[in-house]
Amino acid sequence: MRVDQIMVEERAALFAKRSIKTTAKLEGLRLAFSMLDLTTLEGRDTPGKVMTLCHKAMHPAQERYHSGMVAAVCVYPNLVRAAKAFLRGSPVKVASVATCFPSGLSALKIKLEDTREALDAGADEIDMVIDRGAFLRGEHDRVYDEIAAVKELCGPVHLKVILETGELVTYDNVRVASMLAMQAGADFIKTSTGKVSPAATLPVTLVMLEAIRQFFFATGIRIGMKPAGGIRTAKQALQYLVMVKETLGDDWLTPDLFRLGASTLANDILLQIAKCVDGGYQSSNYFSLS
Amino acid sequence: MKKNKPRKIVSHDVIPSVMSASSHGAPVPPAERILRFGDRWKYAPAPEAPSDLKLRSRYELFIGGKFVKPSSGKYFPSINPANEQQLAEIALGNAADVERAVKAARHAYDHVWGKMSGRERGKYLFRIARLIQEKIRDLAVLESLDGGKTIRESRNIDLPLAAAHFFYHAGWADKLDYAFAGRRPRPLGVVGQIIPWNFPMLMAAWKLAPALACGNTCVLKPAETTSITALHLAEIFAEADLPEGVVNIVTGAGDTGAALVNHPDIDKIAFTGSTDVGKRIAKSLAGTRKKLTLELGGKAANIVCEDAPIDQAIEGIIQGIYFNQGHVCCAGSRLFVQEGIVEPVIRRLRNRLRSLRVGDPLDKNTDIGAINSREQLERIRSLVESGREEGAEYHEAPCELPAKGYYHAPAFFTGVADSHRIAQEEIFGPVLSVMTFRTPEEALERANNTPYGLSAGVWTDKGSKVFKLATQLRAGVVWAETYNKFDPASPFGGYKESGFGREGGKQGLAAYLQID
Repeated sequence: MRVDQIMVEERAALFAKRSIKTTAKLEGLRLAFSMLDLTTLEGRDTPGKVMTLCHKAMHPAQERYHSGMVAAVCVYPNLVRAAKAFLRGSPVKVASVATCFPSGLSALKIKLEDTREALDAGADEIDMVIDRGAFLRGEHDRVYDEIAAVKELCGPVHLKVILETGELVTYDNVRVASMLAMQAGADFIKTSTGKVSPAATLPVTLVMLEAIRQFFFATGIRIGMKPAGGIRTAKQALQYLVMVKETLGDDWLTPDLFRLGASTLANDILLQIAKCVDGGYQSSNYFSLS
Repeated sequence: MKKNKPRKIVSHDVIPSVMSASSHGAPVPPAERILRFGDRWKYAPAPEAPSDLKLRSRYELFIGGKFVKPSSGKYFPSINPANEQQLAEIALGNAADVERAVKAARHAYDHVWGKMSGRERGKYLFRIARLIQEKIRDLAVLESLDGGKTIRESRNIDLPLAAAHFFYHAGWADKLDYAFAGRRPRPLGVVGQIIPWNFPMLMAAWKLAPALACGNTCVLKPAETTSITALHLAEIFAEADLPEGVVNIVTGAGDTGAALVNHPDIDKIAFTGSTDVGKRIAKSLAGTRKKLTLELGGKAANIVCEDAPIDQAIEGIIQGIYFNQGHVCCAGSRLFVQEGIVEPVIRRLRNRLRSLRVGDPLDKNTDIGAINSREQLERIRSLVESGREEGAEYHEAPCELPAKGYYHAPAFFTGVADSHRIAQEEIFGPVLSVMTFRTPEEALERANNTPYGLSAGVWTDKGSKVFKLATQLRAGVVWAETYNKFDPASPFGGYKESGFGREGGKQGLAAYLQID
């Protein structure tokens, strides 16, 4: 199915105009918080950094804000074991990027090995990248086969397929890549690695949600969506929720089918929750950075 | 690695091969593949703040720069269609009031406005445009109260466009001598303008801005159910120091309009409204020296070809028919869908309908507001009834309508034949008639098979097809890959029984000029 750029951008802009106030705002903020994949993907990540992140994931703010916990923490394969240890006994999942993140430009056997490492370390979810070079060369079969191979390895472990939409550039490419990933066995499709700009945008996410809708109509299978990168404010997070609510409906308003990948978003959501609860803004110093 | 898998990306809701998805639950059976738009996350009410422009309990006529009482001494109520409560009383103008208004306009034309340089006229128009722009929010609230349209649309579309029309034509005022190469344009004199209830402020701007830019003076008659914002516009004229008598506003019903049309000292009538009334006006002006432009009804074809971007076409269909509750003369009310994509289109349309938010026009999240009047609601209902009786299948959004007020759920008919009344008559409400076609040639032929010809839409990813269809559709406006887009620089008007004359652009100026 083709995508019209002007109309899809116009439609996406309308979601950003919804007025989310009072009770709807607080409820939306808590929902968005529960859908967070709290992420650290730096070359300098250490178990120490992952420990603070995991603690934040489980105890994000004072009890009275009822913020709940985030859905998952997202780390590199080498840090999965550490994250699993820190999160032991909590419902917070550990997601690991894999397949030679972020470029994915390595031999398939190395990508599979990378994935296996993460799985062996106990990852609950795998965030793989597609080979954008192959996709743009028109080698869709190869992209499909690689996703299928990774899914086969993952088995029941949730697989999120990162399209890196900022490198696919056109909405038509995004739509094709979305269908390809879902057909090949993705449980989630995800916009970006966070390493390329632009990362997630409302229109590109809408194109992917529409692909998910088509896939659902065709197969009866609900695929999840994860916009990642560039979502920094609570206001933006609510705009994404509005879009999911009005495009796919209530069934997708759950962390099982919608995630937000972000690193700095969490605190802005917490600040806004505190504002709704207390009636005034708090100092950002009252919330731990990570 | 399993090779030779079919991995065609199909464009319909059928996907030939899917990897066994172990981590998903069992697939939802086909009959239950419906999107649920319920209360999982409910939007709280988001009412727009009241207008800083206070509603008056009584509105008078605006003649010769002053608000004056009607000579009949009579007033009629203006109802808020969202709750059926009276908003205000509006003066009922009669022939004597029209006489006064035309006299004031003639005097202003002869002594002030007709003699003024274009540059000076332009200054007034720029001032009016800026004042409208400053009061957009306040005017939008009044517009939504009075007409039932959503604040989302009045604030983001109607009022900004009204200001844009004044800005655009202000720019023309001092350039008319260069607009028509080698010819000399002159104003016509006093023009009578009658506008409809669907876009009260915008239609007033469409009519007044070009007329004034061209040096004419005006007598405007707003629609009976939506007079209030026109009278607030009169206040803006006064605030802008527009010389008295240049614009006069006489409120009332059909008789008031007839008095204006038949007044001997009018040089031109510009009418936007129903084709029936337009025909009556044309008859009564036949044989007089008065010029006439008409912008009348429509039954536009919106053609969706099988190579269209379907998800965006759905949004275009929604914009095309449910914009302003379907009270749009250029609404895409006849949807032609190519047979290969009927199922995915209908399925998406049905799901999309259920996500529309119907209710209080003043809530910022409302997509569809109130029907303008009880009379119009009844007309819509009776046409829906006829569609059912003629055997078309009716699909309505399962939304809860407010108990008070005039509301109609967004709806569409499938299985519609070209001979059904709902395929031929203008419903002027949120009801779409869906028909199918096999080839673009067939769509074209059937799209043109109507007495109307105001607008049309084409959806295809193929540029050559867009141009082929657009050049052969007998309609004044053809939108490709979009719908209901307006711009003051773009001429708007009809073919056949949708009227004649253009509004907007250079073509629109010609309607208010004598070009020698």
